[in-house]
Amino acid sequence: MTYRLAPIDTSTFTAERGASGTDVGDLTVIGSVVQRSDARGHVTGRTEFFEDVAPPRLAHLKMHRSARHHARILDVDLTEAVAVPGVLRILTHADIPNNLYTPLKLIGVGPDDEPVLAVDKVRYLGEPICAVVAETEAAALEGAARIKVTYEDLPPVFDVEEALKEGAPLVNEYHGQNHFIYEGHHCRRIRFGDVEEAFARADHVFEWRYQSAPIEQAPVETTGCVVVPQADGRLRIHSDTQACFFTLDNTALILETPFNTLRIVGGTVGGGFGGKVDVVVEPVACVAAMLADRPVKFVYDRAEEMQVSSPRAAERIIIKDGVMNDGRIIGRKVTLYVDAGAYSRHSPYGTTKAAAHLPGPYSIPNVWADCHCVFTNRTPSSAMRGFGVTIADFALESQMDRIARALDLDPLRLRLLNAYRDGDLKAHRKVAEGTALVEVIQKAAEMAGHELPEAYRRMSSTTREGL
Amino acid sequence: MPSQIVSLIVNGEQREFIAAPGATLLASLRESLGLTAAKRGCAQGACGTCTVLVDGRPEASCLVAVETVAGRSIRTLEGVAAGGELDEVQSAFVDCFATQCGFCTAGMIMVAEALLDANPEPSEEDVIEAISGNVCRCTGYRPIVIAVLEAARRRREQVVSR
Ligand code: FES
Ligand code: FES
Repeated sequence: MTYRLAPIDTSTFTAERGASGTDVGDLTVIGSVVQRSDARGHVTGRTEFFEDVAPPRLAHLKMHRSARHHARILDVDLTEAVAVPGVLRILTHADIPNNLYTPLKLIGVGPDDEPVLAVDKVRYLGEPICAVVAETEAAALEGAARIKVTYEDLPPVFDVEEALKEGAPLVNEYHGQNHFIYEGHHCRRIRFGDVEEAFARADHVFEWRYQSAPIEQAPVETTGCVVVPQADGRLRIHSDTQACFFTLDNTALILETPFNTLRIVGGTVGGGFGGKVDVVVEPVACVAAMLADRPVKFVYDRAEEMQVSSPRAAERIIIKDGVMNDGRIIGRKVTLYVDAGAYSRHSPYGTTKAAAHLPGPYSIPNVWADCHCVFTNRTPSSAMRGFGVTIADFALESQMDRIARALDLDPLRLRLLNAYRDGDLKAHRKVAEGTALVEVIQKAAEMAGHELPEAYRRMSSTTREGL
Repeated sequence: MPSQIVSLIVNGEQREFIAAPGATLLASLRESLGLTAAKRGCAQGACGTCTVLVDGRPEASCLVAVETVAGRSIRTLEGVAAGGELDEVQSAFVDCFATQCGFCTAGMIMVAEALLDANPEPSEEDVIEAISGNVCRCTGYRPIVIAVLEAARRRREQVVSR
């Protein structure tokens, strides 16, 4: 078997290790092999995913979705759809007890800004308008296809900077402007020292712009749930959510029901990567199950997964640095835009994470940042693997490489020179502790055969000596 | 088109059921026969999670109208090592960490079974070619390729490991 064990390198931070035989002395867990507890179920096909549940009398739910990016809804005609054989029920916004929500309400983020089913307006292509419940999947699809919506088009806005301009079309009326407000401020801000003064005395000033596209998590199992009404009136929800209790609480708020009337069976997720953190299928499936008094399955097809499930946000990041001839960065100014799409979902939080990550793992005495969470007529974006942080890192580390190239410096030495050390005050007024960037760079250099001069090899995260 | 009675040999057993018009082999296995190891990742032949063996050949069961395989022999993951002891492919997938979420696993294992039946000594390229129709979003494929090569080695040496 060619599975490789990574040996543990005990040469760094020796002072922080205890004697052999003590708990801190024998750090043996990382690098050791432990069989996955779920592997046997996976290789025998006995792991139960939500869609493997097949209650009798299962009904199927399919969505009629917006065909426009931004439009007023003038009329919804269900006549032909209700006549499709096998269609049991068609849900509109009027059937949802508490139609307006936002998932981070649970941690105090507001306002509620998203309808479960569209009311008078659609704000992105694919927004759900009506839910068709039918005996078979085919009948539900047929019913959904026969719903006729009359729209009055509104001008859409797709670009974050366009959206913030005066006179831009208003995407989300619940906010009243095209950006999220952070404690009375138009964006999440960092103010540390004086960047303008730093730029004035810097030997060089570099400003570059970075842009990322939205990224779909693309789990192999699509988002979905099966809701089964229980004899005692409670609902059992089999779901592939990544966040069982978060889903339960949000669903209860939307259903206007006590939390204990719902039960989630979950934890088995066929790939999530952040894409199954929003609460988008369970609430409407629960309403359908209650109204039809039957088990209901609502699962995205592959096209829905790609088009309407919330991706990683597109970000635009502009970084301006004041740099001395020796490579020391004395000022960093960052303007960052997160494209939340039409609704908040997890983006206000993602934008805060981006701000918290600035100016990267470097000690820079003057930092200024404006991080905007912007609403556009794009698919709502949300969580994905380190959202807020990953794209910021792409921009920050590209910036470091470009500075090194412009000044003809070794990119690793440039980073070692600017790397934060234990005890440094970060831009958010937190003292850095447990930093290990210096050692990681030294080790990476060694493994890659990249030569560092003795002075750089002697640097440490625990002291500013040698700087 | 009316529903019809279809009979298949599934994992060595004769099974008969009523197939709705247009029912796929995947839907029949999962919904009519309760064999849920094969998964629906895309329902359009693009991901391979629904792969089963039809007369020993891997097929995307989401694309197969069930009446077109009436009377044929179907093998699913439930039929691999049905006695409870893992076979070489299954045990190599466990030991080489070739599963993460597990959603692609049934399809991957069925493809690997077909490959090793036809070619007991596959090269790395053979393995990559064999799983090229199967999507895994979690593992990055490397552990799966390693596991299939390891399974081939175990099968050749008849190493049975649990
Ligand atoms: S479900 Fe059959 S190939 Fe994807
Ligand atoms: S293990 Fe998750 S898709 Fe392969």
